[in-house]
This record gives sequence, structure tokens and C-alpha cells, in this order.
Amino acid sequence: MGIGLATLWVVSVIVFVATSILPGDVAQIILGQAATPDTLAALRAELGLDQPGYIRYFSWLGNMMTGDLGISKAGGATISSLIGGRIGNTMMMAGLVAVISIPISVALGLWAAMHPGTMLDRIVTFGTLSLISVPEFFIATVAVLILAVNLHWLPSTAYMTGDETFVQLMKALAMPLITLVIVVSAQMIRMTRAGILNVMSSPYIEMAILKGVPRGRIILRHAFFNAIGPIINVIALNLAYLVSGVVIVETIFAYPGLAKLMIDGVQTRDLPLVQACAMIFCGTYVVLILIADVGSILANPRLRSPK
Amino acid sequence: MTEQTASTQETEVIAKLDAFAELPDAPPKRKFRLTWIGYSSVAVVVFWLLICIIGPSIAPFHEMDMDGDDSFLSYGDAEYSKDGGFLTNEYGTFYLGTDYLGRDTLSRVIYGARNTIGISLAATLIAYLMGITLGILAAVKGGWIDMGISRVNDAILALPTIMLGLIVIAALGSSIPVLIATAAVIYATSVFRIARALGQDIIVQDYVEAAATRGESTWWIIRAEVLPNAAMPLATDFGLRLVFVVLFISSLSFLGLGVQPPASDWGSMVRENLQGLTYGSWAAIWPALAIASFTIAINLIVDDISAKSGGSLAKKMV
Repeated sequence: MGIGLATLWVVSVIVFVATSILPGDVAQIILGQAATPDTLAALRAELGLDQPGYIRYFSWLGNMMTGDLGISKAGGATISSLIGGRIGNTMMMAGLVAVISIPISVALGLWAAMHPGTMLDRIVTFGTLSLISVPEFFIATVAVLILAVNLHWLPSTAYMTGDETFVQLMKALAMPLITLVIVVSAQMIRMTRAGILNVMSSPYIEMAILKGVPRGRIILRHAFFNAIGPIINVIALNLAYLVSGVVIVETIFAYPGLAKLMIDGVQTRDLPLVQACAMIFCGTYVVLILIADVGSILANPRLRSPK
Repeated sequence: MTEQTASTQETEVIAKLDAFAELPDAPPKRKFRLTWIGYSSVAVVVFWLLICIIGPSIAPFHEMDMDGDDSFLSYGDAEYSKDGGFLTNEYGTFYLGTDYLGRDTLSRVIYGARNTIGISLAATLIAYLMGITLGILAAVKGGWIDMGISRVNDAILALPTIMLGLIVIAALGSSIPVLIATAAVIYATSVFRIARALGQDIIVQDYVEAAATRGESTWWIIRAEVLPNAAMPLATDFGLRLVFVVLFISSLSFLGLGVQPPASDWGSMVRENLQGLTYGSWAAIWPALAIASFTIAINLIVDDISAKSGGSLAKKMV
């Protein structure tokens, strides 16, 4: 836990330093062409920019701890209200992706590991390698081309008004979901397969093979349980990768989530908004990676005590 | 010295080298035998690198010319080409159709190769210079230098790359130097980790200890012992890293935060022409295919090489 908190603190420093201390004056950006030395100085004082960096950092951190995320520069709404309206959508999407992709990828990974070297295994390996080496937006584009343009099954955007029926909601969500499931599963399938095959090369499996245990039974009864630790690790890591997938997918489908809010913030250079969103995303990422570490320690008792 | 003697000397040297190669304890020559998948991937990568170099002189149009009769034309549009062939007007032929402003898609894909691959290569090279220098330094020096660099490195590694990119671009705005520098710093962290691990592996070997006892300088040890032994894994990793950087840059461009219009770049071309998909235009698909072919080809080459070296490389690089 202590390590996690320390990492979060370092993350906050990086986010703050990157946005505030890099050259590029917020007051200058806000005023743009209308900047005169007097108005610049006045606005800097108003924003607290005339104070040294470390004071600004601690007041920012303190405000964030108490839930005061500041005020967005565009429109003047509080950032908490902007984020509050969006975060549910993003959480729902991420949750659904996890629920769908985890069983699929563990099953496919197991299945490929059971038949190594066969045509099916090679198709899975080559297919997933191709999928992880193309950008997320490529998969999204192809999905739109096939499912929305050629087959007319699904709408090509996920715009939501908030009063849809359940079926409409599912239809709107389907496209981003399919894209993200493909992106995340490809990586998970590969790593599950690699994890199982890794266990398969250990001496006790060789023993079982020599004993004449059928291959399917070896994998399900011997290898799988010993590979659970690495697999949990893989799942948590991939949900962390989901963070960057979400950014692309929300933009391409105009899905009203947190990442779309952040991209809009970057485009209008709304720094307080970007800082807040970045902290949420990075925080989630760090927590998920921490869960991955804890998971692998729980699954493998040998890791509990240092060597 | 006449030409005759020079060439005899040369043959003598070669003969000596050959004799050395036949000695029983001569190191085996490294041989690269790729599968046919590996060779065709090499061909794809070489093809795109050639396009980067000679692209502008073979492209039928300039990347910014709006010469098409209409936007989002594609192959076989009945109104524009009666015989169902390629679109042609008084300016030339549009083999891959036109984009949302009526520009030739083929020319923009060709010009885009320069931006996408050029920026990524530059960023990866800088990342390698920084990563290897710091990584080897940390491995060789150890102590508080190692501690300091490693902690900072871990902190940056603990963040999603795209988030770091977004934060920097929010603060600085987007331009090509900013993109290159951002990608270079972000990816230098993973290069650092690998270089440090390799360096630490090598620095405890007996031959390094022998060199140190012999009184060789640190710099000599790094140059003659550490770097040559770390070169092969690092070279393979370079390919993987390049793929990540291409994906990173084109994702940013896709979000409208990378290479700015009207310059062409594969990522931003996909974004610009996304609307056209609904009308059946392939203008967004071609640049996406270009990225995919480049990145998949590099990955397949790396896969092929690491399969040959017993998979130990692949494990180090995850």
C-alpha cells in the first residue's frame, strides 16, 4: 500500500511539473492576441501564477485531496461537475469490456496452448500478433467499415442523449465495445498462451506426460492452476492498457466519456481540466498495476518472502 | 606500391582470415536464416523506407494539391468514370481516389510515409542514444547514480504513454520537434531499463573483470566489452520500439494532436477521412493499411529473429 501511495504522489508531481513548469504560459494562452503586459500580470496574479512553483503545487495537491478540482477555463463550470457527468460512462464501458474479454481470452489462450504448432494455433498466434501491432483506430475503422457501412447493423457513432431504452443503449455501445474487446483480448490471448506453454516446459509436466496423462487433462489439471498467477497479472496489466485504448475509442465514436473530455481539454489547452483527468487515468493505471503485483504474490507463495 | 602487390597482400590477409576461421575454437559465424515470412516482411519494410526517400519524386500529385473533381471519390464511382476504371481528369489519374478535400489519396500516403516513419525513426534513434548512454552508465557506475536515474525512470514508466503525450502537448502545443522530443523521452525509459539490465549482466562476467584487472579504462571496457555484447539484443529491441513509436505518433495524430494539417501523416489522414467511410470511400482505409503493413512487418521480423535465438530475447523485451 505504501508503495502505491508513493507512486501516486510521484505521478502527481510528474503531471503537475509537465503541465505547469514547462515553458508555455497559461495566462498568455488564455489572453492570446489580447495580451498586454498589464493584463498578463493581472491574470497571473489572479491565477496565482506569480507564486513559485512548489507553492502552487502544494495548493493544487491540497485542493485535489479535498475534492476541489478547480474551475474549467472553457465555460467556467467546475471540473468536478464536468467529470462527474462523464466518469460513469467510461467506467461502464471499461467494466463491460473486462466482463466480455476476460473469459474469451483465457479460453482462446488455453485452447491455443492445448494444440501448439497446429494450423489453428498458428492462425491465433499470427492473428493476435497482427492485432497488437496495428493502432486501435485501425481496428475501429475496419469495424465501422464492415459493421456500419457494409452491413448496416450498428450506428457508426456512440452518441448518447441519456434517455435511451436499453436496446438503444446497447446498440450505441456495441461498436466501441467490439473494438476495445478485440484490442484487449489479442494481448491477453498471447500472454495466456505464453504463460501456459511456459509452465508446460517444467519438470512436473514432463513427469505427467511420461506417465501417460492425456494432454487436455495435463493442461486443465496441472498447468492451468500453476499459470493462474501469471494470468491474473496479465489481466490486470491489460485492463491498465485499456486506459489508452479508451482514449482513442471514445474519440473515434464520439462517446461521451472521460477520455473525450480530456482530449477536448488538450485541444482547447484547458490545463486544469487536463491535469484532473490525467490524475484520474494515471491513478487508475497505478492501482491496476498494483493489483497485478499483489495478485501474482498471492498466487505464488515463493514471492512472499524476499530471496 | 603497385596494384599487383596490393592485391597479393589482400589475398594473403584473406587467406590468413580463412585459416583462422577453420580453427576448431573459432567463434561460429552468425547466420541469419529467416523464414519466407521474415523475408517478405523485410521486403515490406525496405519498400516503405524507399518510399520515404524517393516518395516526393514518384508521387503523381503534390500532397496539398486539390486537383480532384470532388471529395471522397473512389475506384469505380459510376458518375466519374464511365468504364468503371481509375478516376482520371485533366490533371492526372487518381489511383486510390480522393480525400475529403479532393486531394489524391495515393500521393498523400506517399508523402505521409516521410512524416510518419521519419518522425518515428528520429524519435526512436534519440530514445536509443539517451537510453543506452544512461543505461550503461547506471550499470557500470552503480551506486547513487544508478539509484537516482532508475527511480526517475520507474516513475515515468509507471504512466500510460499516451497520457504523458497528452499532458506535454496540452502544455506546449503540438509541433514536429515537440512530438519527436516527447516520444524520445517517453520511450528512452524502456530502452534505459533494457540497456541497464544487459549492462549489469555483462559487467559481472569474467572477461570484464579480466579487462579491469589488466588496467583497462572504464571507457575501454564499455566500448570493447559491454557494447558489442549488448548490441544484438538492443538491435532486435529497436524494431519493437520503433513499432511502439509509430503507433504512439499516429495515435496522437489521429487525435488531431500530432502532425498538423495540411501536412500529410498516416494517423491524421485516417481521422480526416473517417466521415467518408459512410459514403463508401476508402480514403481512411489506405493510410490505416499503410501503418498496419509497416508495423506488422517489423513485428514479424523481430518474431522470426527471436524465435531463432531460443526465445530468450523475447522474454527480456516484454
